[in-house]
Amino acid sequence: MDNETKQGRLDLDAIRAKLTGKSGKQYWRSLEQVAETEEFQLWLEDEFPHRRSLLDIDRRSFLKFMGASLAFAGLAGCRSVFMDQEKVVPYVKMPEEMVVGKPLYYASAIPLLGYGVGVLVEQHEGRPTKIEGNPDHPESQGSTSAIIQASILQMYDPDRSQVAMQGTDISTWEEFKKVILGVLTKQKAAAGAGIRILTETVASPLIADQIGDFLKMFPAATWHSWDATGRDNARAGSQGAYGKVVNTTYDLSKADVIVSLDADFLLGMPGSLRYARDFADGRRLEATGGKMNRLYQFESFPTITGASSDHRWAMKASEIGGVAAMIAGGLGLVPTAGEVPDHIQKVVADLQAHQGSSLVIPGDHQPAAVHQLCHAINEKLGNNGKTVLHGPRVDFGPENQLESLTQLTDALNQHKVELLLIFGANPVYTAPADLKFADALGKAKLKVRHGQYFDETSDKCDWHLPQTHFLEEWGDIRAYDGTVSLIQPAIAPLFDSKSQSEMLGILLGVPLSSYDALKNAYKTKLPGKKWDIALNSGVVENTTPGPVAISVTGAAPQIPAPVSGLEVSFRECPNIVDGRYANSGWLQELPRPLTKITWDNAIHMSPSKAQELGLQSEDHAEVALSTGEKIDGGVWVMPGHPKDAITIHLGYGRTKGGTIAEGAGFDVYPLRKSASMLYTGGATVKSLGGSYGLATTQIHHEMDGKDIVRSGTLAELKGNPTLQPEDYEKAEISMYPDEVFDYDGPQWGMTIDLNTCIGCNACVTACQAENNISVVGKDQVKRARELHWIRMDRYYVGGLDEPTETVHQPVMCQHCEKAPCEPVCPVGATVHSHEGLNQMVYNRCVGTRYCSNNCPYKVRRFNYLNFSDNQSQFMDVTFDAPTKQIGDKKFTIPGKVTQGKPHGIQLLKMLNNPDVTVRGRGIMVKCTYCVQRINDSRIEAKKQGRDIKDGEIVTACEQACPTRAIVFGNVADKESRVSKLRADKRSYLLLENLNTRPRTSYLGRVRNPNPEIKA
Amino acid sequence: MPQIFKPAANNYARASLIAGALAPLLIGPAIAALSRSPANTKVQVPLNQPIPFSHQHHAWELGIDCRYCHTSVEKSSYAGLPPTETCMSCHSQIWTNSPLLEPIRQSYETGTPIKWNLVNKTPEFVYFNHSIHVDRGVNCNICHGPVQNMHITFKGNSFQMAWCLQCHRAPERYLYQDKDHPELTPRQQVFNLYWKYQAGDKLTLRESEILNGEWEGDDNTQDMKEGKDLLAKYGVKVQQLADCSVCHR
Repeated sequence: MDNETKQGRLDLDAIRAKLTGKSGKQYWRSLEQVAETEEFQLWLEDEFPHRRSLLDIDRRSFLKFMGASLAFAGLAGCRSVFMDQEKVVPYVKMPEEMVVGKPLYYASAIPLLGYGVGVLVEQHEGRPTKIEGNPDHPESQGSTSAIIQASILQMYDPDRSQVAMQGTDISTWEEFKKVILGVLTKQKAAAGAGIRILTETVASPLIADQIGDFLKMFPAATWHSWDATGRDNARAGSQGAYGKVVNTTYDLSKADVIVSLDADFLLGMPGSLRYARDFADGRRLEATGGKMNRLYQFESFPTITGASSDHRWAMKASEIGGVAAMIAGGLGLVPTAGEVPDHIQKVVADLQAHQGSSLVIPGDHQPAAVHQLCHAINEKLGNNGKTVLHGPRVDFGPENQLESLTQLTDALNQHKVELLLIFGANPVYTAPADLKFADALGKAKLKVRHGQYFDETSDKCDWHLPQTHFLEEWGDIRAYDGTVSLIQPAIAPLFDSKSQSEMLGILLGVPLSSYDALKNAYKTKLPGKKWDIALNSGVVENTTPGPVAISVTGAAPQIPAPVSGLEVSFRECPNIVDGRYANSGWLQELPRPLTKITWDNAIHMSPSKAQELGLQSEDHAEVALSTGEKIDGGVWVMPGHPKDAITIHLGYGRTKGGTIAEGAGFDVYPLRKSASMLYTGGATVKSLGGSYGLATTQIHHEMDGKDIVRSGTLAELKGNPTLQPEDYEKAEISMYPDEVFDYDGPQWGMTIDLNTCIGCNACVTACQAENNISVVGKDQVKRARELHWIRMDRYYVGGLDEPTETVHQPVMCQHCEKAPCEPVCPVGATVHSHEGLNQMVYNRCVGTRYCSNNCPYKVRRFNYLNFSDNQSQFMDVTFDAPTKQIGDKKFTIPGKVTQGKPHGIQLLKMLNNPDVTVRGRGIMVKCTYCVQRINDSRIEAKKQGRDIKDGEIVTACEQACPTRAIVFGNVADKESRVSKLRADKRSYLLLENLNTRPRTSYLGRVRNPNPEIKA
Repeated sequence: MPQIFKPAANNYARASLIAGALAPLLIGPAIAALSRSPANTKVQVPLNQPIPFSHQHHAWELGIDCRYCHTSVEKSSYAGLPPTETCMSCHSQIWTNSPLLEPIRQSYETGTPIKWNLVNKTPEFVYFNHSIHVDRGVNCNICHGPVQNMHITFKGNSFQMAWCLQCHRAPERYLYQDKDHPELTPRQQVFNLYWKYQAGDKLTLRESEILNGEWEGDDNTQDMKEGKDLLAKYGVKVQQLADCSVCHR
């Protein structure tokens, strides 16, 4: 809701009644829609309700808004008369391979929670502007996730730490080196007994080797590692099953039946991009010949994996272990205790019918016992070596990170630590609350932190050293399956930062640049040309370990008892994970999957729980543990959430780490203790009165019409191949001529397959990166002014508490052949091209917004304010930025943004794609089918004297999509992929009865439920 | 009651009414003419540069091909401005002590690039691609004027949209083929014209007008017909050339 919405209390029983007992399928987006509140009607009729009328404004503001800035653009003669003469500045020595105007692509790898994903970095004139997937990498295969797309914003983040800090004083690396070498020399005598290293998950062979060398130099020192949402449980599970830690990966391309036990494997696990592709390939009806795999999802929080499943059961996180035990019992692995519900018996039967082609995946949020049991289950089903692959451990360092951190805290508390070196981790913010790590940290003699942001941990350390971003450094990293990729920079470090390997080099007394360190490490493995080939392809050959045949040796573990009463479940936020991406504007503004909340976390609960507590969405409530800790935040009523549980996301409420991170949401870590890292009981939730406004996009840009989403089961598809609803209405006869233009060139169109779209939001972020889309902030999102050109709509089908279906639908400009937006523009700023594009000509637009008013799909976005320049977080300069002159360099203090607006904006300007116009205030924007890419390919084809090949033009959204749900191409060519998909029976157009003749078509979503299981 | 307005006020009123009616009729065309005049478009107004680079000396007298310096004109949207290294490729051996070339030597030694004054520019909302124009046979001089005659570089044409459209809407007015060398591709023909000029060959009227920057498109029926044939031969999709998104994206 926006700031002026008067929130009436929703009657959940009435909503429930409206949803049950309906004949025919009803797709609903929000509770407000079903309740048909007055407020919702306003949002449906008017894109921006509660907008201010000009009559409300006072005279002064009126003049301010109406006074347009002088447009000097057309008056070239004014240059050098009263405007500065424009300069053009070439290089002094131009790099040989660079062609100004054409981007270069470099293969690299991004570390995501320790594991690497191969990417291609698009670089314009020496600055990286976009990240794409590396088609040759086993996980990425050319696609990316939202987090990978947003990582480029992090590199240009003005809040990143830029200088070495000693306490609150600016210092230099030279000063640090003097101090640290002195301390290390002293420690040598004690063989390093007082030294502790703390890292995050390390999957880089180079870093692991360097740490190993350090530990050889200081044998009494210890290496600890900590990740707030790491894979301790997976490691402990395999330890229990096999006596050693193995790396378990899944081959979903061979799986016909998949059971997921709280595993969000399509988005949140290492290898997710690969799993998403393989999973989608098993459901791509036109390719599989009508066959589909089947996914049973047991989950404790609605995820996109659950939305893509064929059967979904919501239950407490602590109850899922019981399901695992029942499945194991059904297979004869453990004695069955108690009655097994019918649906689980059917699931077991389905698994048994697919020996060797089934898969049971435990979620990382489940305790180790569940992982251990799943190893046994998969082995019993004959899946080992087929759908489940085991290999040697991929990451390095301590196996149990919680234990490791606890040991470190104990050592700190016993005053044993004289030198603590923290690489990247942020334990002051993310450590379990009972460890009281912040206090323990104070007891170390010298605390050194190496990280990208001056955050909560740096604040408590003696030294903070800035770390390079992966786009600025050399290194290596292993992917989810162990494949090694080299990390190569696309730009020299923007600030005075060094990479982890360089920092370790300093500590080892071998201060090599990261390039030299890497080259040295690969001297023998990649001699001569092989080094260049590895850098060019992004993958080091022969580093993928083959699967290992092993057998479960451990006894069946005891599943922990479920939490009685209300369960509080802690999960990492799908967007900002454990808080490390909290300062990313793109990720904060990206609507969270399913809830569509931006800029905040919430206390998620089921409708029945909300009714019981007398709460509804955006109420202010408090969660208190029986041991006294409490946190408060906004409530969110989530259909499909397990009944007797609440879920709260980690990563918010940060106190340091950048202007965006600070103050977004509420901190959940105070509730999380070492004994209850995943979930806890003994909690109460009560209303604090008042409201906590949440900016959610779920009711923004509603399409008022029918037949928006088509879905059905595989059985229904046989009887109704088009999945047409009963009230299907064909387009009426139009008085306009049928042909738009008489033109013999390509006609661009697009198809989106709802069956393979998982709603991961990679397309939304990729579009934002490619098209220079600005971040608008929470306040503007509340007014529906978010600028995302493509939005991910989410529809529920079924009852309020447990919707039977959740469907995702990405919607962008449909490029209608008979576009309603075109005839109404008074200045002709949106006209139709001969190739079928609905063009947006920014320089003509005067901002009447008539086009957006007329668009039935509500895909147009208006820049109400000057978002590209006026990033208000950089205008909140509270004091003059203190600077320090050291030698010939000038440094400014990092941390809370103290740089004046120009500095921050200049840095962010480097991120912009030079092929796309940066829009100011008063301009309408929308999806352009990536016209810059179309134009580029058209020109290249013309120069080479050939036609554009099918698949040559890839839009940003299409390129990012992990499941390849989006296909773009020439609809005039009957042999193109997009034409074939358009001709598919499942293909339909949005709001077809309006006769807009959109070029974007959708394929209906099909589920494959087990006919034996009653719905 | 005393009169507020003197009798002369009548004359003022009459005069201001007439002026008010005439003013738009005078000011309108005046502004239109002004905006099309060299005062605004800077056509044929030489622009001083930090180093007095002479195109006539380098391109005509020495015969250096345009692409020696403007290297990316056939590859990308941007024609390319030569880096200091390109200048030094000759001037490290020739005129090494000339005071006029001191800024270049300084730039090369200190690594500070030379800040040239921008002569040819389209507005920021225009995305112009050089490579496709060269590929289609649009000679450099057609847009940039008689560059090889310029001692001090000036803008060759107004680059106002109307000027671009007169070719984009009717490319047959500009397309031609060298009858002596019909085997040449349009791109080869662009540079072949310069070779002919350098060799002192006989040029057609059209060709010499192009080189002098006076060519404004052909309205001769026969030439237009030949132009149309060439359009068909090269597969130029004329209708699409005037689409907004071709230049404004």
